[in-house]
This record gives sequence, C-alpha cells and structure tokens, in this order.
Amino acid sequence: MLGQGFVSAAAIAASVLFILSLGGLSNQEKAKRAVWYGIVGMALAVFFTSLGPGIGGYWWLIPMMVIGAGIGVYVAGKVEMTEMPQLVAALHSFVGLAAVFVAWSADLERRRVLAAQAADGVMQEFSAFAALVATKAPDELTFLQIEVVFAIFIGAVTFTGSVVAFGKLAGKVDGKPRQLPGGHLLNAGAAVLSLLLAILYLNGAGFWTLIVLAALSFFIGYHLIMGIGGADMPVVVSMLNSYSGWAAAAVGFTLSNDLLIVTGALVGSSGAILSYIMCKAMNRNFVNVILGGFGGSQGPAAEIEGEQVAIDAGGVASALNDADSVIIVPGYGMAVAQAQTAVSDLVRKLRASGKTVRFGIHPVAGRLPGHMNVLLAEAKVPYDIVLEMDEINDDFATTDVVIVIGSNDIVNPAAEEDPNSPIAGMPVLKVWEAKQVFVSKRGQGTGYSGIENPLFFKDNTRMFYGDARDSLNALLPLID
Amino acid sequence: MKIGAPKESARGEARVALTPESAKQIQKLGHECLVESGAGLAAGFNDDTYREAGVTVVEGADALWNDAEVVIKVREPSDAEAERLRKGQTLIAFFWPAQNEALLEKCKAQGATVIAMDMVPRISRAQKMDALSSMANIAGYRAVIEAGNNFGRFFTGQVTAAGKVPPAKVLVIGAGVAGLAAIGTATSLGAVVRAFDVRPEVSEQIESMGAEFLFLDFDESQDGSESGGYASPSSPEFREKQLECFREQAPDVDIVITTALIPGRPAPKLWLEDMVAAMKPGSVVIDLAAEKGGNCDLTKPDERVVSDNGVVVVGYTDFPSRMATQASLLYATNIRHMLTDLTPEKDGVINHNMEDDVIRGATVTHEGEITFPPPPPKVKAIAAAKPKKKEKEPTAEEKKAAELATFKAQTKRQVGLLAVGGALMLLLGQVAPVSFMQHFIVFVLACFIGFQVIWNVSHSLHTPLMAVTNAISGIIILGAILQIGSGSAIVGVLASISVLIASINIVGGFLVTRRMLAMFQKS
Repeated sequence: MLGQGFVSAAAIAASVLFILSLGGLSNQEKAKRAVWYGIVGMALAVFFTSLGPGIGGYWWLIPMMVIGAGIGVYVAGKVEMTEMPQLVAALHSFVGLAAVFVAWSADLERRRVLAAQAADGVMQEFSAFAALVATKAPDELTFLQIEVVFAIFIGAVTFTGSVVAFGKLAGKVDGKPRQLPGGHLLNAGAAVLSLLLAILYLNGAGFWTLIVLAALSFFIGYHLIMGIGGADMPVVVSMLNSYSGWAAAAVGFTLSNDLLIVTGALVGSSGAILSYIMCKAMNRNFVNVILGGFGGSQGPAAEIEGEQVAIDAGGVASALNDADSVIIVPGYGMAVAQAQTAVSDLVRKLRASGKTVRFGIHPVAGRLPGHMNVLLAEAKVPYDIVLEMDEINDDFATTDVVIVIGSNDIVNPAAEEDPNSPIAGMPVLKVWEAKQVFVSKRGQGTGYSGIENPLFFKDNTRMFYGDARDSLNALLPLID
Repeated sequence: MKIGAPKESARGEARVALTPESAKQIQKLGHECLVESGAGLAAGFNDDTYREAGVTVVEGADALWNDAEVVIKVREPSDAEAERLRKGQTLIAFFWPAQNEALLEKCKAQGATVIAMDMVPRISRAQKMDALSSMANIAGYRAVIEAGNNFGRFFTGQVTAAGKVPPAKVLVIGAGVAGLAAIGTATSLGAVVRAFDVRPEVSEQIESMGAEFLFLDFDESQDGSESGGYASPSSPEFREKQLECFREQAPDVDIVITTALIPGRPAPKLWLEDMVAAMKPGSVVIDLAAEKGGNCDLTKPDERVVSDNGVVVVGYTDFPSRMATQASLLYATNIRHMLTDLTPEKDGVINHNMEDDVIRGATVTHEGEITFPPPPPKVKAIAAAKPKKKEKEPTAEEKKAAELATFKAQTKRQVGLLAVGGALMLLLGQVAPVSFMQHFIVFVLACFIGFQVIWNVSHSLHTPLMAVTNAISGIIILGAILQIGSGSAIVGVLASISVLIASINIVGGFLVTRRMLAMFQKS
C-alpha cells in the first residue's frame, strides 16, 4: 500500500498531463505527442489510486479492468472512421452510466455508515470510501447528498441521451426529430418531479427516491435527444461530451477527489466550447438547437428562379482538366457514400498535374465536430490542404472549379441573400463565387433544414447526380 | 431526316452551319447529313473532312435544297433561296423576322417551317443554342484584335531598357456578351480596361472580368431583367449624364469599343464627333454596332475611316465571319443543340413541339402560318436584381467611437459577470462547508484552464479532441476504484460494472485517438 502522499502526487502529475494533452491538440504534429501525455497521466492516476490507502477488492478490480481494456482495444481497432460519431456517443453513455452507479454507491455507503454509527454509537473500522464518509461532519454530509443528486441527474441524462444519439448516428433509430405528445412539457414535468424527489431525498426519504430520480432523468435524456434531428448531432454530441465531464466532476465532489473534479471540469468545458462553436457555425443559439426545430422565419422565402442543369462525368472532367485551382467542399453525404477514398484519389491525380487543390470544411459538416477532417485524413489527404471555412472563404472568387460533395445547407447562398430564409445569417461557404460549381448529389431533394438551395439553380452551377462514390470513380479515368 | 447545309450565298460570308464535328453528333440523333460541295471551304473544312465524318457531299445548291428535309444555314435566305423552300421543309438560320417581314411572308407562302436562331429566348436552358451570344463572343474578341491591329502601341505596360511603356487604356461601352468578351480579351492582353453599361446589375460581371465599372450616379437606373436581359432606351437626362461621363474619358482612353444595341431600334449614338476630336491621334474606335447605324458619329458600315485628328474608326460588320472557323464551330454546335431539342427521342424524327418555350419562341413560321412574335416565355430570363445599398464608410472618429463603445460594453459585461459570480460564491461560502469550498476552488480553476486550453485546439482536430476527452472522462474509474473495496455487496457490484465500462472508455478512447492522429499527414 502506498501512502496518501503518493496518491496526491500522482493526482497532481495526472492533472498537469491531462491539461498538456488537451493543449497539445493545437496542431497535428504536437497532437501525436499529446495523446501520450494523456495515456501516461491516466496510467499514473489509475495505478496510484488503486494502490492507495484503503483500497481493496482487487479480485474484482483487476479482472474487470482487463476485460474492459480488452473490449476497448477491440472496439478501437475495429471502428470505421465514418462510425466515429457513433463510437464517441457510445463512450459518453458509459461515463454517464458509471457516474450514476458511483453516485448510487456513494449514497448506499453513506446509509451504511450512518446506520452503523447509529447502531453502536462508536466509530468502527470502515474500508475504502466508507472510511471517508465516516469522518464527515453533518453539514458535509448534506452537501454530499446534493452532489449525489447532481451526479445522478447529469449522469442519467448523459446515459440515455448518448444511447439515443448513438442509435440515431448509427441509423438504428430514425434520424428525424420525434417527440411524445406533450413535447417539452413532458421534459419540464419530469424535471419538476426530479426536483421534488431531490428535496424529499435531502429531507431523509429512502433510497427509492434516487432510483426514481435516475429513472426520470433517463426519460429526460431519452426524450430530449429524440426530439433533435440528425444534422444537429454535432451540437448534441458536443453537449453530451460536456455533460459527461460535468458528471465526472460531480462524482469528484461526492468522493472528495480533486483529480476527478479537475478532469471532469476540463472535459466539461471542452464540450461546452465545442457546442458553442457548432451553434455559432449554424447561427443558432444553444437552447434553440436543444429544443429542436428551425424557427425565426419572418416571411416567405424568396422564390427561386431558374432550373437545375445536370452534367455528366465527361463535362466535369473537362472542366477539371482546364482548371488551375479547385476547392472541394465535402459534407455528410461524402461520409454516407464512403466516398473519401475516391475523393483522395481524385485529389492526388489533380495535384499530380500541378493544380492547386484544397478542401473547405464548414464547422458543422458531418455529424461530429471535425468529422470531415478525420475522414479525409483516413483517406490520406494531407491535412495542410484541408482548410477551415474562415481560412478559405475569401478564396472562392479566384477559384476555377468547386466540387460540392454531399453537402447542402452549408453552401446555401440563401443564408446570406434572403433575410427570410430559416437559415438566414448562418455563416456559409461562398462556393457560388467560383467560376464553376459542380454539386455531386444523389437526387433533387432538399437538405436537412428542408429548404431549397438557390445554389443549385445558379448559372454557374451544374448538378452531377448520382451516388458520390460511383460518380467520382466514373470521373477518375477521365482526368489526365 | 436529311439535314443539309448549303453554301452561304451572301457576299463575304465565310461561315458554314455544319462542321464535321457537329455532323457526327447530329448523326447520333438518327439523322443523315448533307453538305453542298465547297460550303465549308472558307471556314477551313474541305469536302474530304466532311466525307470522313460520314456526311454526303452534294454537288450544287439545287440538289441540296431538293434533298434536304431540314436546311441549316447561317444567314437569312436570299429571295432565290426562299423560293426553293417547299411545304414541309424546315429552315434553321438567323432570320431577323422583325426586319425581314417580306421574307417572312414569302416563307409562309412556301409553306415551310422557319426556326430563327436569333429568336431563341434568353433562358438558362436555351443558352446552349444561343447563337447570338456565340457570335457576339467572337465579335468581342475580334474587336480587340482588330483594335490592336490598328493601334500603334502595346496593350500591356512594360518597363524595358529602352524606356517605359504605359499600358493601353480601353473603354468598353455596353457590357453584353460582346462587351464582356472584349473586356476579357483586352485585360488578358494587359490593357487597363474600363466599362460602362446602363444596367447597373452587370457591374459585378464587369468587375469579375477585371475591368473597372464606370459608375454613373443617377437614381433612375434600368432594370435589365424587365426586358429579358437587354438594354432599353434611356431618358434624355440619363443620356446627358452618360455623354458627360464619356466626354471626360475621351482624352484619356486609347481604344474605345462600343457594343451598345437596343433590340429592334437603331443603335444609340454614344460616341459623338466632339469625343472623337478629343481623343489622342492614333487612338482607335471599334464600333460593333455598325450594322445598326453605329454608336459613333463617324462610323461607316463595313469601312475603316480615319478622322481629321488621326483617330481610326472601324465599322466592320462581319467580325464573326472574319473568324470563320471559330464562328462555324460554335454556330454549328448551337444548331446541333437545337436539333437535339427537336429530336427528343433520338430516332431521327423531328418533333416540332410548339408547347416547348424554346422551340415556340424561335419558330417564326409553322404549318403555313406566321408565328411571330411569340408569346412571352413562361420562365423569366434573369432574376430581378436586388437593389444594392451602398454602405457608408465610417469615418475615423466613428470607428474609434464604435471601438470604444464595444470595449466599454465588454468591460461592463465582464465586470458584471465577475461581480455576479463573486456574489454567488460568497453566498455559497456562507452555507457550504470548508471542505466543499476547497474542492470548489479547484473546480473553478480547472474550468478556467479548460476554457483557455480548448480555444487553442485546431478545428480540424475536434474529433480527436472528443475522443481524447472521452478517454480522460473515463477518469470516473477512480470513483469506482475508491468504492470497490467496500464491504457492501451491492456497492461492490455497481463499482465493478463501473470499472468495466470506464476501462472500455479509457482504452478505447486513447487507442482510437492515436489511430486518428496517426492518419493526419502533411503533404
């Protein structure tokens, strides 16, 4: 057994390493080192805490860790990069569930200690967390109860929310927003009930209050995320990311463990910032996204005149052969069609013939912040030609050809030109300023927001209909 | 059907309506192609190249007019040619029905169907058969080349060992297709180009071609979308203002290219005698509107005149024909597209669908009746221009004031937030135990660090960021580790499950992050 000094030292080291690990993600090269900081920090934290004072149950602990690690290795090795959103959501749900369990256990321990103290009136020997609880003063115990309530509530919402998000992202649950009759009133009702239960619990009601509380929170998590559509998932996943952090922090308070608090706070703020960035990229506020649905349209959208003109692979190829500069704007459709390798081949061929090829990535392209970057990286597209919206938006005017692959709302000029459009004011990639735009799209449908895209009707736009991967593969041999 | 292209009878006309290239495409529609012997010679296509493309070469105009069921031509038919038309035959050519009423009557009397390429409506779908634009494009290009031919200096500015050469200054009046083509050609030769048009909505197009738009500060501006993208006559006041602007330009510019036309009217006089007089000797005026009387007072159609002060005024009307090969290639493609629309089934049978906007618009006689002028097309040519508001540049003081105001507002907000936060902390401190407050300090600091650190994360690494935060939020395993040794069985089970799933998180999260980061490669 190691003394508390070791454990605390390890906790400090781990906190610093975690901060370095997140900070290192500021660029691609540093990031490769940064992930090791995280791994070492985690190893230190787990190792020293396990060997710390008052820890037992190794017969359970070690096998569980080994099994868990085994599953982790398997999942991490097997997952496709297009499935990253699902994986991230699934991992969030684990944190949420663990938080609920740990909080329940904390309350069970509290009851056990109190019961024992009441029974013999003397301090008896407790092990593990119970020993810590035994030393707490009454007011500290009250706060412990509040913390337990928070941990359970946040953890439970995170759990079911993430499970639903996982289902939607994996296509196991319909991606359309769907709510039970009563809508957000149901959520509000459940929240009010939770508050009542929490008050009951603080006033000494039994353990059942925590179980019902968890059940209500499970419902809120489920119902809230069911009401949010597929394309808002970047925000939802970031939000759940944030919640999983706050849940960990709440558990940290319950267990009086600073390392948990620090790490939880880091993760929580990271998720919060990601959600903020995503919301800003859609020009919507957070509440609007979470409560679902587009709103705020002040009048009829401007009529679109003109028609969509189709083009075949030959036409696209000759334009590409003549072009000097090309920008590719990928969206979720590229991930759906698994077209990233075909895109990468196209880019390699175009670059080999001396053309400037770059990518323009909108912050909410895909179903996860940074989703497109990872897919392109997987297909071996060098990251220095993959640019953010702000970096590339002024360059469209001097670009010969823009290829839009499977994105719609993020290139919709209505956001800038039509004040009545539901997406008015959303920052978009100004692809229409280029000399020529090709849109690779399956059919004539509208995007997630269900609004027409005037881009498709512009004079310099040609529609390249068909599955993105098949279209690009048909295009490849025609490029010289 | 047999599609035949006769030799053009008009004097000096070098173009031809069928090229070997277009013939191949027309044959794919199921048609048979004929060409009069020698028809393509002036445009650079001899009979043998036609034969190679599978075209039947016919000797003499009579044979061709007799054989062909559809005659494709460049110019409107001469009287003799019109007499050769017969019932059921189709003629596709430039026809100018508004100016050629007698000819129209004659064609009607002969019972032929006539499709006028100049009447193709200006809608997006019909762009591929818009022969006027193809020809205007060539005219615009050729105008610059012709100007260069008559101009004694370089277009581009140069600094050479033998001295500095200023760039030529070109003024283009009227930014239609020809005007824009002229702007593009002149800028790519290195000239400094200015352009004027009465339709303010074309200013963007002008600027996109690299020219400077001469802005006329006048309220009553025209909306070209009302007249199908063409200009209409302007008010006398506007005209005065416009001429004033040109008068200012005259001494400065070296080359003037005028392309101003108003459909169905003589060309407006825009470059007056006094402006020519004000120009430097050796300057050049190319008048693309010469056929309609010319934009310049001195223009004589089909002639090159030199003014008293040595300014060359070119009034040729056959610019497209002067580039017969290029013009024929484009025109033949326009015709081919028209035939594609006329043969929707690609079975070699012409289906003259009068419900179709484009075909209806271009048809001037059909089944013994005159079908000109056509009803307005169902689709509008150009979207209505949105009124553009010029934003006022804020002055330096205004800018400073605005900056100060935002700074003040920010300070106010930050101080406010801090004050509210401080007050809340104070309240919390009143009720919370000391041990809680100690942890709370750690929590708040960690949040701050988190916010500072995460803002620096590159956008492209957001997915790895989520994966890594996933992994480190597995730190919740510590909570379970602290509890697993408890004496209680339920707690033990709950903690064991927590350890299991948190381990998946940690290992899975880190490994997948590593996998992702390894994929990011620099080129």
